[in-house]
Amino acid sequence: MRVLVFLEHHEGQLEKGGLGVLAKAATFGNAAGVVLGPGASDLAARAGAFGAVKAYACDDDALAVPLPQPRVDALAALVEKTGADAVLFAASVLAADVAAGLAARLDAGLNWDLTDLALVDGELIGKRPALGDTVLVDVGWKGSPRIGLVRSGAFDPVETGGSAEVESFDFAAENFSALATLIEQTQEESSGPSIEDAEIIVAGGRGLGSPEAFSLLEELAAALGGAVAATRAVVDAGWYPYSTQVGQTGKNVSPKLYIACGISGAIQHKVGMQGSGTIIAINKDPNAPIFDFCDISVVGDLHQIVPKLTELVRSNRA
Amino acid sequence: MKIAVCVKQVPDATVHKRIDPATKRLDRSGEATLNPTDLNAVEEALRIKEAQGGEVVLVSLGPAKATDSLRKALAMGADRAVLVSDDAAAGSDLLGTCRVLAAALEREAADLVLFGQASSDGDGAVLWAAVADRLRQPMISQVASLTVDAGSITGKRQTEHGYDVISAPLPAVIGVSDAINEPRYPSLKGIMGAKSKPQESLSLADLGVEPGAAGEAGSETTVLELGSPPSRGDQIKIEDDGSAAQKILDLVLERRLL
Repeated sequence: MRVLVFLEHHEGQLEKGGLGVLAKAATFGNAAGVVLGPGASDLAARAGAFGAVKAYACDDDALAVPLPQPRVDALAALVEKTGADAVLFAASVLAADVAAGLAARLDAGLNWDLTDLALVDGELIGKRPALGDTVLVDVGWKGSPRIGLVRSGAFDPVETGGSAEVESFDFAAENFSALATLIEQTQEESSGPSIEDAEIIVAGGRGLGSPEAFSLLEELAAALGGAVAATRAVVDAGWYPYSTQVGQTGKNVSPKLYIACGISGAIQHKVGMQGSGTIIAINKDPNAPIFDFCDISVVGDLHQIVPKLTELVRSNRA
Repeated sequence: MKIAVCVKQVPDATVHKRIDPATKRLDRSGEATLNPTDLNAVEEALRIKEAQGGEVVLVSLGPAKATDSLRKALAMGADRAVLVSDDAAAGSDLLGTCRVLAAALEREAADLVLFGQASSDGDGAVLWAAVADRLRQPMISQVASLTVDAGSITGKRQTEHGYDVISAPLPAVIGVSDAINEPRYPSLKGIMGAKSKPQESLSLADLGVEPGAAGEAGSETTVLELGSPPSRGDQIKIEDDGSAAQKILDLVLERRLL
């Protein structure tokens, strides 16, 4: 199985997600990394230390900004050149769009949200939790190339200390691929105590109803000695800072105790907190998906329960 | 401005979703609803139309009964709906679905195509990228705020590293985030009016899509087996009767989490 692994990079570093997928792909035989964008050749060489025997690099300026469509052009050209059997991606905002565009371009199958991969009798099989993770589906592909998007954090990178042969490649861009342009990019700096180090996290979602309600969570977190986190929906709505966001486009956390308040439990949030020790979910909607993956489900109004809990914790600790 | 919104009927949140072990497809027989995050896309389309004039067309692929769900978006204010419904399209994966939707969208030739965040059943959050590639149009995904000017569109979206502002000329394909707006509730007048709005049903043949290009025949992925995910263990269920806070504290202390 000749596998290409898309290696995303940011500020001169290969991202952990792609290196994790590379580590898995290396167990199937000859895995190759793919690095795109100016500086790709230097970065591609580093893939060898994480299990790649080969690394393909394209330094084209059309790949300077993190937009998906020129990357589809580049990967389509590379699949044609190499005859790859599979192209694997670690899920990200960029990678999801690239993978789906590539599937459409090559008339190839895409399986997403994979939490494991295996080679069974020479055939690639993916494990995909579906329907709010209530069922675990074995998925396959009918033909080549097999395109797979791996769930965030599914595989850890493994440093093998090997080296990869770097090969440069070129591609011809489609005219529609360059139409979307990046006109501004803002980096978010983290500030305040890090949610990644907290042993207890009190997290809030849209069910809080208003940004002001975060003060309820801050008081509870203070009483518990923990930190406050938020979902993408409320961060995007400007209710709470980006540095506190848990989930696919935010941080992965695994505290001893995670108290989810007014969080519906979208998969993008779940992937960032499912490693937590004990998960308590408070939500007024008994059908909220988060109740499918918590240890203690509390159906009720968080605006009543949280302040009461804060008082009880304070008097218990006094 | 002609805006097409791709929407999907999904099992209602109250339905226990299951995959039929015989067909290995999602059981769609129960109560169904319009995919919740598609409402954000419909809302955004209506706001653009209200500001600039034009038409909002719903485009969907699904069983014949999906017309019931489409009516909800018509009640919100969409002008008409196009449902591609064909037994030969059932069981389409991403590839089959994007071929059918792209054909329906080519027929509409909209200036702007909008998608919602993700379907609550498939949860792929990738369809827009596949459709955009087929339409050979620029695409912006995960857009949390959108501005439309003469001939171009600009979206702000969150990534793992912060925020990107991306611009593209029309026609373009946009995937909106569920943070973009708060969908309106249909008014009584809207609900009454929806019944007389045009709903068109199309077959694959109407769109010139070969039967082998959609459905299971046109899909490149397969479902091999169904299993149970690893369990988190027994769940303790609490319904708040005023004592939930005390019960939570007791459990937290019992588990030595403080």
